[in-house]
Amino acid sequence: MSSHDHKDIDDVTGTDTTGHSWDGIKELNNPLPRWWLWTFYITIVWGVGYTIAFPAWPLISSATSGMLGYSTRGEVAQDIARFEQANSAIMAQLASADLDTLDQNPDLMRFATSAGAAVFRNNCSQCHGSGAAGAVGYPNLLDDDWLWGGDFENIAYTIRHGIRNEEDWDARYSVMTAYDDILSNGEIDAVVNHVLAISGQTHDATLAAAGSELFLDNCAACHGDEGKGDRNQGAPNLTDAIWLYGGDPETLEETIRYARFGVMPPWSTRLSEAEIRAVTAYVHQLGGGE
Amino acid sequence: MSETPTTPTKGFLAKHAILERSPTLLLVSSLVVVAIGGLVEIVPLFYLENTIEKVEGVRPYSPLELAGRDVYIREGCYLCHSQMIRPMRDEVERYGHYSLAAESMYDHPFQWGSKRTGPDLARVGGKYSDAWHLDHLIAPRSVVPESIMPGYAYLLDTYVNADYTADLVRTHSIVGVPYTEDMIAVAAADVLAQADPETDAYDDLLARYPGAQIRNFDGRPGVSEMDALIAYLQMLGTTVDFSTFTPDASR
Repeated sequence: MSSHDHKDIDDVTGTDTTGHSWDGIKELNNPLPRWWLWTFYITIVWGVGYTIAFPAWPLISSATSGMLGYSTRGEVAQDIARFEQANSAIMAQLASADLDTLDQNPDLMRFATSAGAAVFRNNCSQCHGSGAAGAVGYPNLLDDDWLWGGDFENIAYTIRHGIRNEEDWDARYSVMTAYDDILSNGEIDAVVNHVLAISGQTHDATLAAAGSELFLDNCAACHGDEGKGDRNQGAPNLTDAIWLYGGDPETLEETIRYARFGVMPPWSTRLSEAEIRAVTAYVHQLGGGE
Repeated sequence: MSETPTTPTKGFLAKHAILERSPTLLLVSSLVVVAIGGLVEIVPLFYLENTIEKVEGVRPYSPLELAGRDVYIREGCYLCHSQMIRPMRDEVERYGHYSLAAESMYDHPFQWGSKRTGPDLARVGGKYSDAWHLDHLIAPRSVVPESIMPGYAYLLDTYVNADYTADLVRTHSIVGVPYTEDMIAVAAADVLAQADPETDAYDDLLARYPGAQIRNFDGRPGVSEMDALIAYLQMLGTTVDFSTFTPDASR
């Protein structure tokens, strides 16, 4: 390393010095440790080899793609394919199974339920809750009170096409009328009391009696004469204790005045048929499946 | 400090003494070395055609989406939410197709983020209903009890100021987003029209910004910042049709 014309040997160590001296202190000119030097040379060789093996150098219109043909996209595609391959037999079976009799095949049902649980947590839990108990305006899926039907076919249809969305022409659709401009304040109060009466809550009997007639004229077409709802229109049963937005007088009045328009997105664009069936099975077995 | 004179040295490698004795020269030389590394890494991105692959469907943001994007940046959403689905199986399974460079080519600045306290939002568009976004932004725990996101109910109280929309769009065009003069001229009208499903400009707006969603996003009168933010969220990741997209493998 050192190419001094004459050596300046340190007396104590017998080693050559750099010739620099600060206040009488000299710097020894030891060579770099051999292991370190060789490691350094190997990293250079490794670096050159790496840029040949892997995508590296930018050229005129693209970068070198590397001798090994590696790409992050290729890797993720391969990874996904590996898992799809592993599940392909049972996913195909699920995708073509008869939905109505899905629960009669325990193996398939077991797979569908756990696969569906994963789909549910990723896609459905934000609205319906991670435990599927719903929230105000987002139905509880644990009970057996269904707006649009709770058998396999109906649950799958709802998931596939959604409800009242603009993206899917086959989405379930119905519109509740807002009665703010149609009924007077007194009439709305009467209908509220009628609904309180048929749902077994404290109510004003006189108002409820008046509301009964108004209910038949305005509400019964969808909710039925007895207020038991109509699944063909997603009209809820008003006689039970299960409420989507709330069954107290204030919320009922708000619902009657301004109506409700719950939207669920269609999932056929995001989920495969097998995934839709898996999450159908999951929702079906939560407690209320028919 | 005394220095004993060094003996003259021979050979090119021995000339390092020249650099070592002049701090200015050493500094300039270091800059040159670092600049070479930087140029080799950065310059090809300006000319390489495959830096941003051509992807059909990607379009500049509509004025309302752009206004919502400003709200997104102002409120610091990027501090907890990323917009970058990495090419890994677990991410693709959860969030959808990995993000493409083209999908953020009109983002100034990009919103890739670096941290996920909340979920990635690169493909959140269309995943939830407008009503859900509204409920969730007003009071996150009303729909997701385990959420730690703060509420943003006040976005309903501030209305989008269309006076600045044209300037906003023009600024983006200055930094390279291909807005035409026509688009800038009607931007102030467009920003309000997109939140009105009965607007007369419906078809024109769609022609300018294909696939734009025209709805009253917050369900209330007036075009609030809530409308803008939901419009932005509902379009995220929706412009590319992945049923027809074939990824270039060597990337």
